[in-house]
Amino acid sequence: MTSRRKFLQQSAAAAAGIAALHALPPGLAHALATPGVSPLTYGLDPDTVPIRQLLTTAIDAAKAAGASYADARIGRARQNFVTTREQQIVNVVDTDTMGLGVRVLVDGTWGFAATHKLATDDVAAAAREAVSIAKANRLPGAPPVELAPGEVHRDVTWKSAFRTDPWEVPIEQKVQLLLGANAEAMKVPGVRFVNSSMFFVKEEKHFANTDGSMIAQTIIRSWLPFTATAVAPDFSDFQSRGNVIQPAGRGYEYLVEQDPVGNARKWGEEAAEKLKAKPVEVGRYDLVLHPSNLWLTIHESVGHPTELDRAMGYEANYAGTSFVAPPREKLGTLKYGPAFMNIQGDRTQEGACSTVGYDDDGIKPDSFLIVKNGIFNDYQTTREQAPWLDWWYKQKGMPTKSHGCSYADNWSSVAFQRMPNVSLLPGERDLSYDDIIAATDRGIAIVGDGSFSIDQQRYNAQFGGQVFHEIRGGKVVGMLKDVAYQMRTPDFWNSMDMIGGRSSYMLGASFFDGKGQPGQINAVSHGCVPARFRNTNVINTGRKA
Amino acid sequence: MSRTLFSDEPRRLIESSAEPLMTREQAQALIQRIIAMSQAEQVQVNVSSGQETNVRFADNRISTAGSVVNAQVVVGSSFGKKSAVVTTGDLSDAGLERAVRQSEALARLAPENPEAMPPLGPQEYTPSNAYFSSTADVSAAARAMAAKVAIDAAKAAGDIKVAGFLVAGASANALGNKAGLFAYHRDTSTNYTLTARTTDGTGSGWAGADHRDWTKLDFAAVAERAIQKARLSRNPQAVEPGRYTVILEPQAVADLVQILAFSLDARSADEGRSAFSKQGGGTKIGEKIVDERVTIYSDPTDPELLAQPFDGQGLPLGRQEWIRNGVLNNLFYSRFWAQKQGKAPTGFPSSLKMAGGDASLEDMIAATPRGILVTRLWYLRPVDPRTILFTGLTRDGTFLVENGKISRSIRNLRFNESPLFMLNNLEMIGRPMRVAGTESGGDVVLPALKVRDFNFTSLSEAV
Repeated sequence: MTSRRKFLQQSAAAAAGIAALHALPPGLAHALATPGVSPLTYGLDPDTVPIRQLLTTAIDAAKAAGASYADARIGRARQNFVTTREQQIVNVVDTDTMGLGVRVLVDGTWGFAATHKLATDDVAAAAREAVSIAKANRLPGAPPVELAPGEVHRDVTWKSAFRTDPWEVPIEQKVQLLLGANAEAMKVPGVRFVNSSMFFVKEEKHFANTDGSMIAQTIIRSWLPFTATAVAPDFSDFQSRGNVIQPAGRGYEYLVEQDPVGNARKWGEEAAEKLKAKPVEVGRYDLVLHPSNLWLTIHESVGHPTELDRAMGYEANYAGTSFVAPPREKLGTLKYGPAFMNIQGDRTQEGACSTVGYDDDGIKPDSFLIVKNGIFNDYQTTREQAPWLDWWYKQKGMPTKSHGCSYADNWSSVAFQRMPNVSLLPGERDLSYDDIIAATDRGIAIVGDGSFSIDQQRYNAQFGGQVFHEIRGGKVVGMLKDVAYQMRTPDFWNSMDMIGGRSSYMLGASFFDGKGQPGQINAVSHGCVPARFRNTNVINTGRKA
Repeated sequence: MSRTLFSDEPRRLIESSAEPLMTREQAQALIQRIIAMSQAEQVQVNVSSGQETNVRFADNRISTAGSVVNAQVVVGSSFGKKSAVVTTGDLSDAGLERAVRQSEALARLAPENPEAMPPLGPQEYTPSNAYFSSTADVSAAARAMAAKVAIDAAKAAGDIKVAGFLVAGASANALGNKAGLFAYHRDTSTNYTLTARTTDGTGSGWAGADHRDWTKLDFAAVAERAIQKARLSRNPQAVEPGRYTVILEPQAVADLVQILAFSLDARSADEGRSAFSKQGGGTKIGEKIVDERVTIYSDPTDPELLAQPFDGQGLPLGRQEWIRNGVLNNLFYSRFWAQKQGKAPTGFPSSLKMAGGDASLEDMIAATPRGILVTRLWYLRPVDPRTILFTGLTRDGTFLVENGKISRSIRNLRFNESPLFMLNNLEMIGRPMRVAGTESGGDVVLPALKVRDFNFTSLSEAV
């Protein structure tokens, strides 16, 4: 699920300038090399912290205390927020954190400890604590954790696809872009409020394990949330247009390319037009979903149910289990959708949010088909999980190997299975969104992601959107409001009868996908094309107070 | 690149200290040290420190467990109406100095914020005694034993698999500024949630417990409740979606009332973009908005809440009534908006409680000819902010009540409903209790409610 809680906590904490330990993912902010300001050297900078020595200290201490396997991560996580409304700046926040997390296996039981204190003694103590936690957790009769074969990546580095490091862009330039976009939207009659912000994340991760890997990675992600709100003159109604720019695993250049100033007036006009839009009549419609809407539906109804830990009950107490379970009854047999439906998992698409060089098990992720020709084909896995599907990989003549989906959202978090980029691959014919609308007699076309909710096994979902257009005879005849579609996952995907082609493929993304206890966030992209879904149930969400 | 990143030479090691939690004196000294470094016109410093330990289990075995020690400093520097915030985890003198200089550099470059407020002076706080050494000192072995209580009960049952999460923590938050403001609060917390599922895959039950004092958690009782609910919920039957009388356990009520509380922002109401905006302009303060038996308030020193007695800006938080006897009594006013509207600033509350009645869950069931009993809700998301309409689903124990008795387990249902409508359709109120598992977390004490005409819109096959 995309986590409202984390987002509320982060933004509230940032806004209040408070950092309650359990309210913020530890590890925020800092030192921008802002032009005009002399470059600052951070005390915990990789340049001044003996990273290799500390990683080795942790691994050696874990082994000495009895660990059969250990990995250690030293991570530095930075965030930069700039928040505006209308023509004013609300907040400038820069966060930074650094520390070490060490994970151990003792007699097939996991232990984990983390500390922000990076002295040799503290690091060794954390490793010993991880071992003692593992020992305390050994229960008689529990089957031991076994890891799929590892890979040794000695002294390798990887960097995500950014050209402009957001920490090198002056604050004035960021503010100018946001206030410029706000001003354009405010020119539209009826638009009274605009909230916009920039949000950047930089992860610098260093990983070592007992297999001999030593991996350094730098990952940057960028997002520009923007919402224009129009209010009726008599205060009887208000409508918003938001979620206009998708987050990406790229740098500042990506936000500039989205041209917020050039597009803001259109977004404002859409908000104002919603005030006059016709309330939808409840019923069944053919839906034409733009990729900016469909990515979230893929995320919730294909991405989450095909996480192997969910299917095996490991998330039962929070995120839930999955209808795509048990694996022996679903792999190779569950008809997820039509034969032209192919869903790919990967962490390799350039500029996608989940893309990395190596995962937090030290594995180089591969690309794999979760749904192949409409049939369920594979789960998302880590080193711990891949052996659970040994029988299936043997049957397919494939090696039993992790897909590289291990991720910890901070040095203080334990790595577990997180979603790779999960994408709907283009169809053979190069159809566009407009082509699909033109082929539709009576339907609703939906742009942008809105409200979303799905049950704990991922059957029953309800999704809104940002902009809804009524289709009659292959043409858009006007705007609708108060639209939400309800679905049962297998029925919905099997009702898909048209999809777009390669040139209509785009990446949507969640910046705050939540999973696990304690809760961790993950950023993940979903490539997708527009698609049509027949005879889908639509409800009207408008009510009078 | 790798050469720099993997420097083998220890150039500087960070000093180690023993205790994860800062005392009042340590926090005050640290804040004073940072204020002394500041060259800005104003500076506000927030300091947090603590330790969090957890154990997680699933499939009747412990899956992961951990311990995290962390500390953070937040420095907000201002020059006139220009300001910026920098957060760091480096508590060395050099690290703090860098954070201070960085926030000053950013503040100088930031545009003016016309809504900037002058610093808050010294405040009086009512202490909230939220720290229990029983929680702060809990061992890995004690946490594992707690998990084992549920795992052993599930194994003994034979037809049950349990998954659960137990987290214990201690933290200290402090803040101060150049104008003499200083606030300090420390607390401990324990939160335990447990899901029991029947091995035939048709039943699921949930129970939880939350308290600041570890000794108040009854692990055996939680396990018994979750397992009993799982068994009772087996083989659910479908009912037609529609409007039903519902009995919502405190857990379900808490999610919906918290949603209402998050919407209590005065500014949005004045701006015409809130459920509390009055048609024609202004807010609904003073208007009756829900059933007259409803009183919703915050109170950090309430023994069941024991929350932080100040907000992130240092504003004192006392008992504040948001809804009194069904009438909207107040909304959240920031310092800026309060000044603009001629109101008193409320701060952002740290706790939430709804006054209760004396009905037990059994009383509510007995008084219901036909209705639905809901254990908890899941995946609540906003659908329409004009009415605080949310959607979500029931989960882990949904039952049909007929003729004053639970008659059978039913399939989960999706609702599209607003807490405002719900609190207008009130029939019975239970005794408030502290809940463990709302989607937004926090210190929340709410009663069970019986409500008519709750709007279920579709069925879910999910167990």
